[in-house]
Amino acid sequence: MIYREAGQFKTSYAADQAVFPIVQDRVVVGAFLALAFVLPPALASEYWLQAVLIPFLVYAMATVGLNLLTGYAGQVSLGTGGFMAVGAYAAFKLTTGFPGLSILLVFVLAGVIAALVGIVFGLPSLRIKGFYLAVATLAAQFFLIWLFNKVGWFVNYASSGTITAPPRTVMGFMVTGPEATAAARYVVALGLVVVFGVVAKNLVRGRIGRSWMAIRDRDIAAEIIGVRPLRTKLLAFAISSFYCGIAGSMLVFLFLGSAETQAFDINQSFLVLFMVIIGGLGSILGSFLGAAFIVLTPIFLTNAPHWLGLDISVALQKQIEVMIFGGLIIFFLIVEPHGLARLWQIAKEKLRLWPFPH
Amino acid sequence: MDLLYAVFVGPFRDMVTAPTFLAEVLIGGVAAGLMYSLVALGFVLIFKASGVFNFAQGAMVLFSALTLVGLMERGVPMVLALGLTIGVMVALAFAIERVVLRPLVNQEHIILFMATIGLNFFLEGLGEMVWGANVKRLDLGIPDESFMAAGILINKLEMAAAATAAILVGVLAVFFQSTKIGRALRAVADDHEAALSIGIPLRTIWVVVWSVAGLVALAAGIMWGAKSGVQFSLSLIALKALPVLILGGFTSVPGAIVGGLIIGTGEKIGEVYWGPLVGGAIENWFAYVVALAFLLVRPQGLFGEKIIERV
Repeated sequence: MIYREAGQFKTSYAADQAVFPIVQDRVVVGAFLALAFVLPPALASEYWLQAVLIPFLVYAMATVGLNLLTGYAGQVSLGTGGFMAVGAYAAFKLTTGFPGLSILLVFVLAGVIAALVGIVFGLPSLRIKGFYLAVATLAAQFFLIWLFNKVGWFVNYASSGTITAPPRTVMGFMVTGPEATAAARYVVALGLVVVFGVVAKNLVRGRIGRSWMAIRDRDIAAEIIGVRPLRTKLLAFAISSFYCGIAGSMLVFLFLGSAETQAFDINQSFLVLFMVIIGGLGSILGSFLGAAFIVLTPIFLTNAPHWLGLDISVALQKQIEVMIFGGLIIFFLIVEPHGLARLWQIAKEKLRLWPFPH
Repeated sequence: MDLLYAVFVGPFRDMVTAPTFLAEVLIGGVAAGLMYSLVALGFVLIFKASGVFNFAQGAMVLFSALTLVGLMERGVPMVLALGLTIGVMVALAFAIERVVLRPLVNQEHIILFMATIGLNFFLEGLGEMVWGANVKRLDLGIPDESFMAAGILINKLEMAAAATAAILVGVLAVFFQSTKIGRALRAVADDHEAALSIGIPLRTIWVVVWSVAGLVALAAGIMWGAKSGVQFSLSLIALKALPVLILGGFTSVPGAIVGGLIIGTGEKIGEVYWGPLVGGAIENWFAYVVALAFLLVRPQGLFGEKIIERV
């Protein structure tokens, strides 16, 4: 690789346990993040921001959330769409009810509300495990969507049944609503993802993350060594739903602009679960890689026939797209069941020794 | 007070005062329940034999029904089309074993589960690409009409579906209990390694199981297709079968049937008697809530194997 860790000695526990123990890693990641804030708003076209980068950030947030629950705490959930809907509708109610409230605070509060709902639907996990639990979380998905569809209060009795992001500003910049530029929305989304990404990374390295992993690996053994299953599992559901709730509110406020309950249907839950699996169970980096892969693949598949100069009907193209998407998922699972994060790790190990493998 | 009355008294009063209507609702529920059971059966077969939670069962229902109707639309006589579709489903079982299952042997359950979701997408895309996405009518020669028996309206098609489900379950029971391959299947379900060590070929068993699940999917596809037309939404009935599955237990064939009946009748009764209270359309989640409430009491489902946990 272009740099090596030789000569970098760790002289304190803090240095030993840093997220990026190597100086060059810290510099590269820091520079990358700084550029991510500056370059795309300045250079990328509206299409790239709106169709690629913003959805990537939204889904990355949701994927991190589900990965905390499924990858770290080992509780398979198919209710992600429902929890995202809770976040979106909570944010809508909050910001229309209290227009003076800062939109960033609204996002966080929406996440908190989603977390409370997550705790309620996490309760069965104390009795039910594995696939039984996965199916049980579908109850959350269907019930919540039905609730938002049926009760007019959630949409302020709008006859269309849609929620629309009202115009809100952060430090003088319009960030939601129809007049907000894609660049402004991108920066806000990136800010949220970076902050909560760092929180998640530190969460899983600490006591909480370790207790989650103990529960995941063998819950009875974990209980015997003093991890409380009730608290740990519910905390996992709460924090995961918090992230999903924020992602849901970002989906409506920063990406779509307006949405109906259809935006949060069961396919959304599967999509996020795909991102977790393709990216890598139990990896924060993997969540981002998985989100990028699943967001980019359909875009690539949609555009590929144009590049190849093929002229096929829209319906046929959609069907081929679905087929290839399914095929790709199977292919990736066969090639690397531990996801893109493992591939990245392997590549890093190889490069570390390259070009002298011995 | 009015609310309490409407929830706890009103529906029961309605049931008692109109017993024939209640009977109609119950019969409708039983028929719907058996249809759910047909789908749930496919899940159970595969889960028992290979521990794979096959999410693609719904897509297999859609795919088989599409193939059958597509062939019939092209002028193939019904019996021949049926034979060809069975052939296609068996070929599909071979392909799935070879391409999907074999490379993923010994992976974690969730990985296999995700692979079947991928398979689900693949089959949906393939079926619609080959046979077209428009709604197709499937005419079995059984009219979708009702007749009166003892003052109760009964739908002929639903009765036919119920009879099919009953026959299918009987045949499967005999197949599992009395044939050599059925015994091998049960052995594999009990313990993979032990079965392998006494010389049962695991791969063949998987192909057989997926073929049988394909045939069950075909039966479910024919019945659902005759009822509501062969269309994309057929693949969504997998979601309907899931509560049945957790209620009955993943590993139990009788559980799938009984679970289907409970969910089918519970759903219909809930929708008819309590649905109007909350604005209707509760059947989407009602089954899940019933199943969930039940699981809290008995986490392994009605007939599932008791989960014994060791450290």
